Amino acid sequence: MRSLIDILDLSVEELDEMVKVAEDIMADPAKYAHKCDGKKLATMFYEPSTRTRLSFEAAMYELGGNVLSVASAASSSAAKGESVADTAKMISCYADILAMRHPKEGAPLVASMNATIPVVNAGDGGHNHPTQTLADLLTIHCEKGRFDNLTIGLCGDLKFGRTVHSLIAAMCRYPNVKFVLISPTELKLPSYVKTEHIKPSGHAYEQTTDLEAVMPQLDVLYMTRVQKERFFNEEDYLRLKDSYILTPEKLKNAKKDMIIMHPLPRVNEISVAVDNDPRACYFKQAYYGKIMREALILKLLEVQ
Amino acid sequence: MKIDSIQNGIVIDHIAAGRGMQLYHLLQLDKLECSVAIIKNVTSRKMGKKDIIKVDGKVDIDIDAIGYVDPKATVNIIRNGELVEKRDIVLPERLVNVIRCKNPRCISSTEQELDQVFELKDREKGIYRCLYCEAKAEN
Repeated sequence: MRSLIDILDLSVEELDEMVKVAEDIMADPAKYAHKCDGKKLATMFYEPSTRTRLSFEAAMYELGGNVLSVASAASSSAAKGESVADTAKMISCYADILAMRHPKEGAPLVASMNATIPVVNAGDGGHNHPTQTLADLLTIHCEKGRFDNLTIGLCGDLKFGRTVHSLIAAMCRYPNVKFVLISPTELKLPSYVKTEHIKPSGHAYEQTTDLEAVMPQLDVLYMTRVQKERFFNEEDYLRLKDSYILTPEKLKNAKKDMIIMHPLPRVNEISVAVDNDPRACYFKQAYYGKIMREALILKLLEVQ
Repeated sequence: MKIDSIQNGIVIDHIAAGRGMQLYHLLQLDKLECSVAIIKNVTSRKMGKKDIIKVDGKVDIDIDAIGYVDPKATVNIIRNGELVEKRDIVLPERLVNVIRCKNPRCISSTEQELDQVFELKDREKGIYRCLYCEAKAEN
């Protein structure tokens, strides 16, 4: 039995295979409409989520399965003080697979150590968010046609941005990828991501605070939101939240085939005026996320 | 200064000078009823200065904890006044309930009876990370 806690739990070969399944799902959704008949996905979200939760639930329905869901942490037994371990054991009695979002880092790992069903980490605090990375990878593959020979700009909150950390870890496994890290000094990429992922891979990277200066070299621009919920101090949040706002003017020097990605939700870091730009991929990215979650559910439930 | 040799117990030798107290607390030697000696800044030909801990009693010592604090330390087991075993210390792959994760966002800060587990990520630099949140252990 497999769980997905960290994107690196999946090998490059497994990711390639999932991308193939995802492309097949997009080409022929009817073929997959009953693959999970009689199966149940439990979604336990202890932190607010719209996209990830709906995406998981839509994915399971598209496969013919059913969904058990708890509305919020306040209405779950966690509010009574139940441990993550006990919750995982209990859900194993009712569902075939569990998707868990939790504010505490490592909670889905603890769930997977106690559950008898596959557990998917749907985001654990500022730590990991592997299914967002699956969405990001499918977006890059479908929109750029490759994972190698890319210059990827990551912009915004690179310190607490878990999607950025996971995407870097995943992309480091492909050849000739360059990372351009664009952030305010206070929200720079943690050094361990550089020392444990980028440097051992031998990939080039540069750090800058100037988005427009590096724009012309980018094949992918991955924007992120400065997340209020990751700050202990509101003053710091207010000071940094508007560091980068992507506008049509700032895109003037971008490549014609660059793609703009964002894990969503967007607040104001991408102007609405950019939405009609053919390079904007962030809503498609949400669609790819659902498809990749379908491929993941099939893999973890070992459905052929 | 003279400290008697022990009859049955453990001598932790070649501890880097200054780390003896850290090891004393980590091994919870303060909770033992038997005699425990911490000798600081002993002159050493190899090390210049070193610390030594002597425990006069048959007790189980967490060798992994010693490896975490000072992998160059040595452990000698004494029985009836004789050295019966020398144990080599290496950085352990895993530390279970030796140190606590200090990340307030880590699940180990709230989950009841969850083992505190750290894994060795870089043997050369001696870097351990929390199994759950991957926060770096602060030595």
